[in-house]
Amino acid sequence: MLDDSALSAVWLTVRLATVTTLLLFLVGTPIAWWLARTRSWLKAPIGALVALPLVLPPTVIGFYLLVVMGPQGPVGQFTQALGLGVLPFTFWGLVVGSVFYSMPFVVQPLQNAFDAIGERPLEVAATLRAGPWDRFFSVVLPLARPGFITAGILGFAHTVGEFGVVLMIGGNIPDKTRVVSVQIYDYVEAMEYAQAHWLSAGMLVFSFMVLLLLYLFNPNVRRQ
Amino acid sequence: MHHCRVALFLIGLLAGTASAEEVQVAVAANFSVPMQVIAAAFEKDTGHKAQLAFGSTGKFYAQIRNGAPFQILLSADAETPMRLEREGLAVAATRFTYAVGKLALWSAKKGMVDSSGAVLGKGNYAHLAMANPKLAPYGAAAIDVLKHLNLLDAVQPRLVQGENIAQTYQFVASGNAELGFVALSQITKDGKLIDGSAWIVPDNLHAPIRQDAVILANGKGNAAASALMAYLKSDKAKAIIRAYGYDI
Repeated sequence: MLDDSALSAVWLTVRLATVTTLLLFLVGTPIAWWLARTRSWLKAPIGALVALPLVLPPTVIGFYLLVVMGPQGPVGQFTQALGLGVLPFTFWGLVVGSVFYSMPFVVQPLQNAFDAIGERPLEVAATLRAGPWDRFFSVVLPLARPGFITAGILGFAHTVGEFGVVLMIGGNIPDKTRVVSVQIYDYVEAMEYAQAHWLSAGMLVFSFMVLLLLYLFNPNVRRQ
Repeated sequence: MHHCRVALFLIGLLAGTASAEEVQVAVAANFSVPMQVIAAAFEKDTGHKAQLAFGSTGKFYAQIRNGAPFQILLSADAETPMRLEREGLAVAATRFTYAVGKLALWSAKKGMVDSSGAVLGKGNYAHLAMANPKLAPYGAAAIDVLKHLNLLDAVQPRLVQGENIAQTYQFVASGNAELGFVALSQITKDGKLIDGSAWIVPDNLHAPIRQDAVILANGKGNAAASALMAYLKSDKAKAIIRAYGYDI
């Protein structure tokens, strides 16, 4: 069955997806809120930027991340100046890559949920003297809960399913950057098909369960 | 007239994919550049056409087992062609070594690597890149070298692995890894170092990187396939192979 390196890859993948999803909630919620509310001309370009990973091949994202975060790249120069070294080949490098790569899967469901709430409940809350933060936490959050659930599940699942970006910036280091998808790739390349089957079947079952959960419990998705 | 031309174009598109004197070749990624040069010469000299696909040997093996239409495999190792022959997926007695790979320790920075590789033991680098030793013969050879120099344990925390030798090259070329074991063929042209600094690792520090070719079951009786195998053994092809940093 699963050997030690496979189990460590599974654990690393879970950690990466969890950290990425939490960060995406922090970063994605304000972006989604702004996109849902703004009338600025910047709405279209920012929306397009967020959606880019949906259409770009992961190799493009991985390649540019490697160049930009590398020692000669602007981000690399910045992280080196901070004394952090460069991000490729580290767990946090993968986190940065995953945040970019999974951004649309979190921002878009949130934006749809915020759109669906409309102005009215917020105006009512304002007349009851609720401040902006209060309005967000006691009106928007409960109303947008299905959107948050969808965003969380999709962001997590999509990070678990990530391959191309990790392959390009990871360096295949056990416990740091060797995630499940890379481990499967290694097994196939090394012709260890039995191991590859175990992990692949695990991924298949996991992905199906995640989507099943999403479709069973999220009325928004079901209606669509 | 216009419609006629469109129809001709479409027929050309459909017909262009099949021709009697064509051979489909799966080529190990590290050999892609010399093979393109050889294929062009082969076409000019024999009239046959070689269609090349580049990739890793492990992936080709999986594809060949599952019915890929290749007629020749130019492998990055000696084991895979042997294995294919044993499994009846390759034609017996057609295997031969078309190139022997040479390993180099390379840095994109000038002056970083000295002519004897002493930099490996100095430790003034954060990352040392190599191809995954489980998948790529150049990676396995790099491990041999480190073991030979008694440095494997010392450099272990700094090792990063590319899935193949091309990705390893990219890690070093982009500066993300200061040092890396790459194929000499990647960093030389006409016997000269293209950029950075390098140590050509002596052959006695690692097992030879023998790259073997074999005719696959699909290519049995294909005239273009046997012609290409013969061509690879010709002095003309050997000269090209040597010019790209391989022994033969």
